[in-house]
Amino acid sequence: MDYVWAFLVGGGICVVGQLLFDLTKLTPAHVMSIFVVTGAVLDGFDLYDKLVQFAGAGALVPITSFGHSLLHGAMVQAEEHGFLGIAIGIFQMTSAGIASAILFGFLIAVFFKPKG
Amino acid sequence: MRKMGNQTWLFENKIFVSETATVSGPREKEGPLGHTFDYSYDDLRCGETNWELAERKLLQHSIDLCLQKKKITKDQIDLFLSGDLLNQNVTANYVARTLPIPFLCMFGACSTSMETTAVASALVDAKFADYAIAATSSHNATAERQFRYPTEYGAQKPLTSTTTVTGAGTMLISRDQSDIRIESATIGKVMDYHMDDPFDMGSAMAPAAYDTIKTHFQDLGRTPQDYDLILTGDLSAVGSPILKDMLKEDGFNVDDIHNDSGLMIYNSEQPVFAGGSGCACSALVTYGHVFNELRKGNLKKVFIVATGALMSPVMVQQKETIPTIAHGVVFAREEMN
Amino acid sequence: MSQKFHPDNYKKAAKAYQPKPNLLFNCSKAFIIGGLISVLGQGLIDFYTNVFDFTEKEAGNPAITTLILLSAILTGLGVYDKLGQFAGAGSAVPVTGFANSITSAALEHKSEGLVLGVATNMFKLAGSVIVFGVVSAYVVGMIRYLIQQWM
Repeated sequence: MDYVWAFLVGGGICVVGQLLFDLTKLTPAHVMSIFVVTGAVLDGFDLYDKLVQFAGAGALVPITSFGHSLLHGAMVQAEEHGFLGIAIGIFQMTSAGIASAILFGFLIAVFFKPKG
Repeated sequence: MRKMGNQTWLFENKIFVSETATVSGPREKEGPLGHTFDYSYDDLRCGETNWELAERKLLQHSIDLCLQKKKITKDQIDLFLSGDLLNQNVTANYVARTLPIPFLCMFGACSTSMETTAVASALVDAKFADYAIAATSSHNATAERQFRYPTEYGAQKPLTSTTTVTGAGTMLISRDQSDIRIESATIGKVMDYHMDDPFDMGSAMAPAAYDTIKTHFQDLGRTPQDYDLILTGDLSAVGSPILKDMLKEDGFNVDDIHNDSGLMIYNSEQPVFAGGSGCACSALVTYGHVFNELRKGNLKKVFIVATGALMSPVMVQQKETIPTIAHGVVFAREEMN
Repeated sequence: MSQKFHPDNYKKAAKAYQPKPNLLFNCSKAFIIGGLISVLGQGLIDFYTNVFDFTEKEAGNPAITTLILLSAILTGLGVYDKLGQFAGAGSAVPVTGFANSITSAALEHKSEGLVLGVATNMFKLAGSVIVFGVVSAYVVGMIRYLIQQWM
């Protein structure tokens, strides 16, 4: 069942993105920014966690989860260090994603050529 | 040379297309006009290390081929007019540094083919030059970087978008008689009909083509019946029907004689969206296919209207609408005695 | 010139000539590809929990990292842009699309060198996601923290 919900929720979030692409003149950068902000706001109301429990990777793989993870890390540290903790923790849970995207992006750029 | 009406030059001396050369990329070779190009590269990179070098190779190659075919040396050329799509016209400027020829750089976006041809013809007609070459180029990957996204970025393009043609075309213009005479030229005005979608150049450029064609008819007292072919540059499947309907509103029916280079250069199975675009689009189709037909006598008189969208990505992001332009040149078959 | 194509009316008139996107078809493609990428992610989470003894919560990170690696390789091979043309948001919204935007920008600017080309331009497209993610998370975090203090 995990896989069915992952498919339906992950696919569903992408359909929202597709509607934004096709019905508005927003660029991909605009749409992705909207998704990240949405993820952070939903997490602010503890809604995104419920979606993750329910849909697993269906909620973790779309870029909305990036906003959710940023906030999560920030709140964990805020518990401990107060306001300063927000800045300390904000990249805590997303660091694996950002670090690997930078590393792999760099390595691919070094070893491959654009195909055009 | 005489000025006719408001925007049209009628060349008084007989000016001719002495020679042309076309060089294309791999995708254009697979298109229906692939056999008409003088040379086609099978590799989008043309054996070079980056896309900008590849585009310069295309332009350089087409110039070399043109001069070779005519058996004329570079020293005999009085003037070189060229332009492309990249910032600071780097393709034209960097190729010009390898040539011992006085150089005028021009930017008209995709209208550059006819812009350079019109000005070169006027200068040859006025005897400021005996031999002038007009050349232009575009490359799919350099244009993507300049105007859109990185080539490997997975953004979905809308159906109205066009595919930049990879290639270069060169024309040698002189007063030496040949099969193809350059008869007149109509210089376009910049038009802006408030279109702002950079992925829909066809709709944006149709009014520019309309204005230039209508003005041309008025300036010379002509009608569509005077031509066998009116060929626009890259209005694509979106802009072409708009142009026809706009002209129809003014009583000019061009249904049977209009075609668009962007619709001719690729076949329908190729994934090119609404058609081809770019400086090389009109250049490859005109200097290759259309001139062949004129030489064979299948066409007698053609009006080539190259269309250009003069926008930059920064202007688009600042919410400016897209200014467009179209320049037209008339080529007629000259019966050799 | 008639009213229909008057500059002020042109935008409306031109609409009739512009092909419309096939919403149902585009959304179906986005749904299927987006769903499949998520299923792959779920498979990776299960793989890392079962084989490497990660807890289900911890397994998210290596799973996302693996997806990013796959996306970067497909971008380098010139496949991801074709997938993107087919799937639209289906391949843009998942984290693989984020990795594609970084890798494609890095690759595109390789000709300008590793420092000024690859490194400087890497976040040209992905930067907005990080900026808006951080700013919005910061703002929402502050508000939540303040509310928690008052409660």
